[in-house]
This record gives sequence, structure tokens and C-alpha cells, in this order.
Amino acid sequence: MSQTVSPAISQSADRRVADVELCQVSKSFGEDTAVNTIDLTIQEGEFFSILGPSGCGKTTTLRLIAGFEQPTTGKIIIQGQEMSRTPAHRRSVNTVFQSYALFNHMTVKDNIAFGLRIKGMGRSPMQQRVADALRLVKMEAFSNRYPAQLSGGQKQRVALARALVNRPAVMLLDEPLGALDLKLRKEMQVELSNLHQQLGITFVMVTHDQEEALSLSDRIAVMNDGNIEQIGSPKEIYDHPTTPFVADFIGDTNLLKGVVAFADHHLLKIQTPEGTTVLAQPSANMPADLKTAVVSVRPEKIHLSQEPPPDEGNCYSGYVKHVMYLGTHLHCVVQLQTGECLTVMQPSRTGLSWASTTPIYASWLPTDCLALAA
Amino acid sequence: MSFLGGLSLPKTWQGWLTIVLFGFMYGPIMVLGIYSFNDSRRYTSVWQGFSLRWYESLFQDARIFRALQDTLFVAIVAVAISSVLGTLMAIGLCKYYFPGKGIYRGASYLPLIIPDISIAVATLVFLASMAIPLSIWTIVAAHMVFCLAYIAVVVSSRLGSLDPNLEEAALDLGATPTQALIKVLLPQLMPAIVAGCLLAFVLSIDDLLISSFTAGGGANPLPLEIFSRIRNGVKPDMNALSVLLILASGMIAALAEYLRYKSSTLDR
Repeated sequence: MSQTVSPAISQSADRRVADVELCQVSKSFGEDTAVNTIDLTIQEGEFFSILGPSGCGKTTTLRLIAGFEQPTTGKIIIQGQEMSRTPAHRRSVNTVFQSYALFNHMTVKDNIAFGLRIKGMGRSPMQQRVADALRLVKMEAFSNRYPAQLSGGQKQRVALARALVNRPAVMLLDEPLGALDLKLRKEMQVELSNLHQQLGITFVMVTHDQEEALSLSDRIAVMNDGNIEQIGSPKEIYDHPTTPFVADFIGDTNLLKGVVAFADHHLLKIQTPEGTTVLAQPSANMPADLKTAVVSVRPEKIHLSQEPPPDEGNCYSGYVKHVMYLGTHLHCVVQLQTGECLTVMQPSRTGLSWASTTPIYASWLPTDCLALAA
Repeated sequence: MSFLGGLSLPKTWQGWLTIVLFGFMYGPIMVLGIYSFNDSRRYTSVWQGFSLRWYESLFQDARIFRALQDTLFVAIVAVAISSVLGTLMAIGLCKYYFPGKGIYRGASYLPLIIPDISIAVATLVFLASMAIPLSIWTIVAAHMVFCLAYIAVVVSSRLGSLDPNLEEAALDLGATPTQALIKVLLPQLMPAIVAGCLLAFVLSIDDLLISSFTAGGGANPLPLEIFSRIRNGVKPDMNALSVLLILASGMIAALAEYLRYKSSTLDR
């Protein structure tokens, strides 16, 4: 199955084609809707992440692509062929499970050879492929061990090798690094990225770790409550979130909600209930006749000073309520006179006084914050 | 505090209690074992010297061997059929969701707590009302009732500790559902299946009550044979037989426990 090259790919050598397409796919379990009519196009060779909090439907989406679940409505197309009702064992995708799901009664070598053996591959090409896969994940020395004799990171490598030895069209990774400790996770992130570049296979990864998604992915889909909130490159998602949820979930941000007092193409003036007036640039997808909006300001975009800055942007007086020292940065909570609290990141070398009685000015440019549809 | 070697006696009342309780439990069995080597013509509490004569007379007793044959036949057939059905039942109950599943699960494990006498009487009444003649096969059928439940319980507990994604992983790698069952799920369950079978096997060869109600057609399992002989006075050859049965059951139970232990260390 995986050896067959679909005509769509061989015809277009120069143009990237869709490897996985989800059209209007939804999935319900009884009364609960896990995935709510989503559209998704994943390009060939892409490292695509589905990011969201737990229970947002991201794992169900992955399981729909793998074939462990059947969509309630909609179509799933893999390499140009509709696969909505095709069972998992006839799909040219392979999954790396969060729990690894290694076969404990088989050696590492036999675990990796399982898929090839099922397909009836001959002995010597199979041994070659298994050896290649072992080398790729740097586990040559462990080929005759049993999974119970391996550490978590080593099991992870075996799980990767067991999937990629089949040369699938798409690799599905369900929270692949979720069970590893922080240091090992960082190492495996680099290795995953290297593997992806070496193999050129499409990777679809599910994660709740935004940092992991940002550092590894070509594109990210942010999911919330069964819906896709935004799809874009890590930079687009971080710099130009289109919904308050995305702005809040990806990185830290301050959200100020208010009524639109004035709007044109470049600038919005928003009045918060506390009486603060904020100037912000509208997000790309913002409807023109908006009544209420949410302004998102990243903590690192806010400047603190003891004198009001000369440029006319957003400038508010207040005082520093709380400071945390984070090595390279100071994490401050600033209480504005109007009542709102802002989280501010400052380089730790600024020579400002942080006594809570000292009045301070928090300021940022309208182009450094984004107004989003509430 | 090694009072086993007689070096020192326990210094606490808990230690004494332990000794008394162990004596209470295993004293009769030890007496039975010791008197099986007593060199006396008939059963007596007087020790008359060491002898293997009762073991010799036991091994020359053709009726005992026929009874042993019946017992082993019943146990092996009942356990063999129950192993397949019990495993499938455990897998089905673990994997699928259907209305009434809780009731089904409870009903399948009920034979574990229903008194043997109820199973025995119920089976006999049922067989009589259906006009099914009693034979060795009716014993097999009655034994399957509890064998099935024991095997299903042991396999279920193993299934519960397995990674739920194992079968999906096999399907994902191209195995058909049947291949996934045979190549992945069954090998992982095998220690539990064997342990459950050994447990059921021991219970089956040990059973007197259900067999005595359902035996017919000349079938006469070992516990029935022993019971009928004891009624006409105890001869030390029955002591010898009991010792051999205890040893055999103990070894089987130990093997079952070892397999369970080994399978649980496999997953660490």
C-alpha cells in the first residue's frame, strides 16, 4: 500500500500537493462533539502540528487520520484518495503513540520489523530496512533488547523507528515527547526535526506544548473545543493571532476587552469598562462594523519608564505590584491607575526602581498590539 | 527470630499466634503425610516404623488409576474449552461497549461466588428436566461453569493492565484485526491464560461436590473414589494418595503464580 505513488504526486514535481485533506469533518461520541466540522489541508513533506489544550479534539483528529475512528460526517483524503471509511490497517500512515505501545514480547528488532513482516517482505531486504531504521534513531546497540529493558527515551526512539521503517506517506505523532523529562524532550525535539528533514515525510504532530509546536512546525493548527481557531506558520500564529483564544494560548499576553470607539483601516480606538483608551492595529480578519473588541499586548512589547515617553502611543500611569526575577528577564505585574493589571517582561538590566510606591509609566506602540474580534 | 530452626522461641504473642495458626492449618496435613509412611497393616495411630508399602499398594490399584484417568479427562477437556471461551469473553468485555454490559459482566463472574452445592443441584435438576443422561460429559459441562469464570477473571485483570493502544499499534502497522489478535494481543495475554487454566485445572481435579451430583455412566473421578473408600474405613493408602495430590496441586499452583509474576515484571 505504501509503495504505490498516487498520480497526483508524480505529476506535479514543482508544486506542493496536499497529502492529507479533511473536508467538513466532524466526530461525535454520543452527545459529545469531539471534532466540530473542521477543514484541514496538510501539504506533502510538511511538519504540521495540531496544538490545543487537553480535550480540544486534537487527538481525535489524529485518530481520524489514522483510521482508529470513523468521521461522523465529512471526508478524509490521504494522497488524493478518499479514506473516510478505510480501516486503519489499509492506510499508508503510521502512528507513534504517546504510550509508545511497544510489543513487550518482542525484541526491539522484531518490534521494528513487525510492519514489514506483515506485508510479507523478504528476509534480507527486511533486515536491511530494520538496520537502516535502527541507525536512523541511533539504537543499533539495542536491537536484541526487550522493551522492558529500555529507558523512556529509548522506547520513544524504537516507537519512531517502528513507524518510519514502513516509509509511510504520513507520520502521525500523538504527543510524542509528552512522557519524557524536560532535558530529554529538548534533545528529542532536535532529533525529530532532523528526522523530518532527512526523510521528507509529512509529519502530523499533536501536542499541548506550544513551545514544542512553535519550534518544530512548518505550520500549526490551533484547536479549541472541537474547532480550529487558526492555521498558520509559527510566526503568524504568534505575531498575528486572529482570535483572543490563540493570542492567549500561544505565549503570554495581556487581553483588554472594550467597546470600539473609533475605527479605520489602520487604527482602532477601544474604550475599556475601566475607562482606559487603547489604540491598536486591527487584525487581518477583523470585520469593519465591530462593536466590541479585545486588545492583545505581549508582555515583552510593553516598556516601563519613570517619565512619560515622548511618542504618542498607549501610555498609562500606575505602579509595580509584583516582580519576579527570571535571570535574563524581570517578570512584573503593573497595576494601572484605571484598575487593570498588566504583565510586563523587562530585560533585567534596566535601572528602574521597583518600589511599589514609585509611579511608573507603561507604554507601547499601537502597532505592537492587536485588536481582535471578541 | 528463627524459631523454625528451633534456635529461639518467639518473644511476642504475635509470634506465638502465628505458630498456633500455622499448626492449626497445616498440622492435620502433616499428620496425614507422616502416617502415609507408617508400616502398619491397617489404619492406626501407633507408629510402627517407616515404610513405602502404602505407596506400593496404591500404585498397584487399578481402580485408582481409572479414577485418575477420569479426573484428568474431565479437567483437561473442561479447561481446554474454557480457556478459549474465557479468553474471548474477557477480550470482548474489555474491548466493546454494548447495552447491559455491566449485567453481563456480573453474570459471567457469578459462578465464583455461587456455592458449589447450588451449582451442583441446579445442574442436576436441569439435566433431569431435559432428560439428558448423566455421563462423564455432564461432569465436563458442569466443571466448565466455574472454569470459565476463573479463566475470564484472570485474563481480564491482565487485559486491564495492558496498554490500550497495543491493538491499534498492530492495526496501524498493517495487521488485520485477526493478525493483531494472534500476533500481539494473545502473546501478551498468554501468561494470564496459562495461569488461569492452571488455577481452573486444580479446582477441577479437586472437585467432589459438583462431580458427585453430575457423574454417571460409570464415570468415577478420583475425589469420588476417595470419598467412597473413606466411608468404609480409612486405609493409609488414601493418605499416600492425598500426599501425592497435595504435591501435584501445589506444584501446579506455584507454576501458575510464577507465570503471573513473570508476566507482571515483563511490563515494568
